Amino acid sequence: MPMPGLPVQEAAGAAHPLAGTFAEWIWLVPVLPFVGFVINGLLSLVPATRLGPADPSEGGDGHAHVEHAGGTAHDDAHHHPARHPYARLVSLIGPAVLALAFAVTAGIFGVLAGAHAEAPFVRTLFPWIVTGSLHIDAALQVDQLSMVMAMVVTGVGFLIHVFSVGYMQDDPGYPRYFAYLNLFVFFMLVLVLGASYPVLFVGWEGVGLCSYLLIGYWYSDKANADAGKKAFVMNRIGDFGFLVAMFLLFAHLGTLDFVGVGSRASQLTEGGAVVTAIGLFFFLGCAGKSAQIPLYTWLPDAMAGPTPVSALIHAATMVTAGVYLVARSAVLFSLTPVASLTVALIGAITAIFAATIGLKQWDIKKVLAYSTVSQLGYMFIGVGVGAYAAGVFHLLTHAFFKALLFLGSGSVIFAMHRALHHTGSHADAQDMRNMGGLRAYLPWTFGLMWIATLAIAGIPPFSGFFSKDEILASVFARASHSTLADASLLGIPGSALLMVIYVLGLAAALLTAIYMTRMMLYTFHGPNRTGEAERAHLGEAPWVMTGPLVVLGVLSVAGGLLNLPAFMGSLSQTLHHWLEPVTGEAALRITQGEEAHLALGTEGALIGIAVLIAVGGIVYAFMRLKPAVLLPKDQSPEAHGFERVLEHKYYVDEIYDRTVVKPVVGISTRILWKGMDAGLIDGLLVNGSGYLMRGLGWMGARLQSGQVGTYAWVLVIGVLAVLGAFSIS
Amino acid sequence: MIPEALALSAVLFTIGTIGVLTRRNAIVIFMCVELMLNAVNLTFVALSKLYGVTGQVFVVFVMTVAAAEAAVGLAIIIAIFRHGQTVNLKNINLLKG
Amino acid sequence: MPQSPGLFYQVHFYLFGLLAIASALAFVTRKSPVAAALWLVSVMFNLAALYVMMDAHFVGAIQVLVYAGAIMVVFLFVVMLLNLGHPDELSDIRGRWGRLAAGGVGLALLAQIMVLARTRFAPELQVPANPVFGGPPDRGAVGTVAQPLFTEHLLAFELTSILLLAAIVGAVAIGKRRTAP
Repeated sequence: MPMPGLPVQEAAGAAHPLAGTFAEWIWLVPVLPFVGFVINGLLSLVPATRLGPADPSEGGDGHAHVEHAGGTAHDDAHHHPARHPYARLVSLIGPAVLALAFAVTAGIFGVLAGAHAEAPFVRTLFPWIVTGSLHIDAALQVDQLSMVMAMVVTGVGFLIHVFSVGYMQDDPGYPRYFAYLNLFVFFMLVLVLGASYPVLFVGWEGVGLCSYLLIGYWYSDKANADAGKKAFVMNRIGDFGFLVAMFLLFAHLGTLDFVGVGSRASQLTEGGAVVTAIGLFFFLGCAGKSAQIPLYTWLPDAMAGPTPVSALIHAATMVTAGVYLVARSAVLFSLTPVASLTVALIGAITAIFAATIGLKQWDIKKVLAYSTVSQLGYMFIGVGVGAYAAGVFHLLTHAFFKALLFLGSGSVIFAMHRALHHTGSHADAQDMRNMGGLRAYLPWTFGLMWIATLAIAGIPPFSGFFSKDEILASVFARASHSTLADASLLGIPGSALLMVIYVLGLAAALLTAIYMTRMMLYTFHGPNRTGEAERAHLGEAPWVMTGPLVVLGVLSVAGGLLNLPAFMGSLSQTLHHWLEPVTGEAALRITQGEEAHLALGTEGALIGIAVLIAVGGIVYAFMRLKPAVLLPKDQSPEAHGFERVLEHKYYVDEIYDRTVVKPVVGISTRILWKGMDAGLIDGLLVNGSGYLMRGLGWMGARLQSGQVGTYAWVLVIGVLAVLGAFSIS
Repeated sequence: MIPEALALSAVLFTIGTIGVLTRRNAIVIFMCVELMLNAVNLTFVALSKLYGVTGQVFVVFVMTVAAAEAAVGLAIIIAIFRHGQTVNLKNINLLKG
Repeated sequence: MPQSPGLFYQVHFYLFGLLAIASALAFVTRKSPVAAALWLVSVMFNLAALYVMMDAHFVGAIQVLVYAGAIMVVFLFVVMLLNLGHPDELSDIRGRWGRLAAGGVGLALLAQIMVLARTRFAPELQVPANPVFGGPPDRGAVGTVAQPLFTEHLLAFELTSILLLAAIVGAVAIGKRRTAP
């Protein structure tokens, strides 16, 4: 742990404008959640006292224990509500450390905004790895990008912590949950504040660990534990890419600091094999962490965790780490059009692919999960085409509205679960076919989720409209004039590819509007399908949960103000200009030194098309879908044809299972386990040496027959041999 | 005469060896060993004609050791016989590992 | 004591030698331990004669006294004490294959000794220019051996006496009938 008394080392010789200011306290930002983790982790060692009846079937008589009306918010009826003895203390500490961290971040943000620092401020805490020419400090970096990310992590993180207080209140592992959540925020802050790739990687791995812990939070269910393992393993594939990229970077530049890489990147050949390889390997890491094709399948499964976790980790923060990494490595990616085009293309394909799957999912969280994958694809389109500010902008707005959507769905599930719990029903609390007409019971959630839906669909003036439009406009602009347009990928010219990406982006926007409207229709509109008994228990969640929703709703509406389109005058492009010290140079290299401005008419036309598509999607969904005729889950018929393919997510999991998992398991079982381990190592080497010794011992024992005659024979033969050796030599 | 004496010694030694290998009676084997010792003694005596009287001194030592060996060995045989009522080595495997 | 052995000497040397071999063969082939022991006594007498013929008078004397007279008597005594005189009780000699193998091994051993004696040690076996035939005549048969025995080899002699003492004690300890403790 860093100590306040440590001497401050300056990154540059000349005093940085932030040196000696409040920014020196940047280490406090990650440390605060860590303190929370330690305290909550210690409290989690105290076992919870059980409140509910021992026999879950007694829950059927309903009102006997109405004082525990909160109930657990997850859909496993076998967990009994059990309030932890220190639940109140944990409820205080968990969100409080986040609030403090947010306050510190905001303070430093203000200092940074006032200082107009062009170079990043690096706060070195202590030397971490010093060996040979490799010198890595445990250092935090204060610059425009890292502070924006830290604001999102602490701000949205705080809101989700508050929401969790209500959502998880009756879970027996309540302090453990908050310990994990605090630890996650700590690692996420290390990730975004780290001043070098290795420090970033520590955070990168740490959030992966916390993600694993929180996906498998209800570990007593094998499916949840499996989902955690799946996420962990798929992320390892990506981490392999991250590591290789770091090795390449160090081998060719001799440094891993962001500052050092930024200043030495020009040593790399533009468009050369080295920088392309670095970019592609980094993107492999991003594809794992940010759930892009082909490593996206873990994210929908990650919905096995508690819903606030899905909101924080699998929507707002961790999964956007890949986007952050590309933006952070903008100087590298701008040198390699091939890697950049790959990023954009994969992003576009992921966006449309996940959106189609989202069309036919019935689990409300699965819809949002595929929506997240799709929107992450959007962000990668942005950072891929060199519109780094646009990508980060969409990251911000997405954090707002997707967190809102997830927390809203959490609110819905909370209400559903509570109702089902009261009647002892074992129906699926997350299946939209079991919901319907909830707007009458959850008016706040209903309204706020519609705001988020309009935002994600890209309806002006909600935030998603601006960010999505910015990305699409950037793609369109770069298709005609940029290094990407001049390059080519797999023989296809970049300009054509960028147009394809643009069209895919538009199509994904259309699908987004449709599946989000579908989700809203099936959840909140039409008749209620929960059943008579349950209906009486449906109701809005407590204010500790609805409050964060309201804040996120405001942000979802107003988030667009951060970066208004260029034609809106002096207030426009705030974020774009803000990030210029970090990504501006790289973005300019891609646009060949010119600001990528479209003509006003063209931009207006593009906005028109985008809005038209979004509205069209919503209207189409309203006209086509009939929530009135939808049947509850257990009565609904099997899907047919392409719908069935979509409902089964293109069978990608099954394909991976056949092509990767089964062979690997088969090889592991037959060759590595049965053959190598059991056969060669255990059998031949371990037992074999035992058998060999036993055999030798058996032979020795045979020799030691006790028959003196035999000994005499052996002795004489030995004498013969010795004498023979004498006579021969 | 010396080479003939040495050849005789070799023959006697070999006969003693064959006896050790073919017999199973512990006492007879013991006597075969004595025969082998005698063959060696013959070598000592024969060579003492060439190299001085030390060979004869050595014969005295060999005889003394043979006497001691006979005393202890026969005592052991008696003990074994008491144990198993036999001196046939086929039936004795106390040294079995 | 002829300088070069005459015919009489040679005849007797071969005679005793052949008798020794014949007795040895008879010794290993007799089934009865008593007969074998007596044939071994015969071997020892013949050897004693050879010793005397090779001017080792003292050795020849103690060969008869100690070996034939003392050691072999002890053997015979034990054989009779343990009542092992009946050859049919014991399958004493190995079967035909055992005997053939032993004979083969014996021949091989003999051949090897011969080869080694001819090649490796042949030079040393040549009679030196001034062969030492016994000791000075004035010391007599005993003095010839006694002089080096009690001077050069005194330590070994004393150690041998300790060995004999240990052997006596050991033989008594081992051969003693165990009483219940």
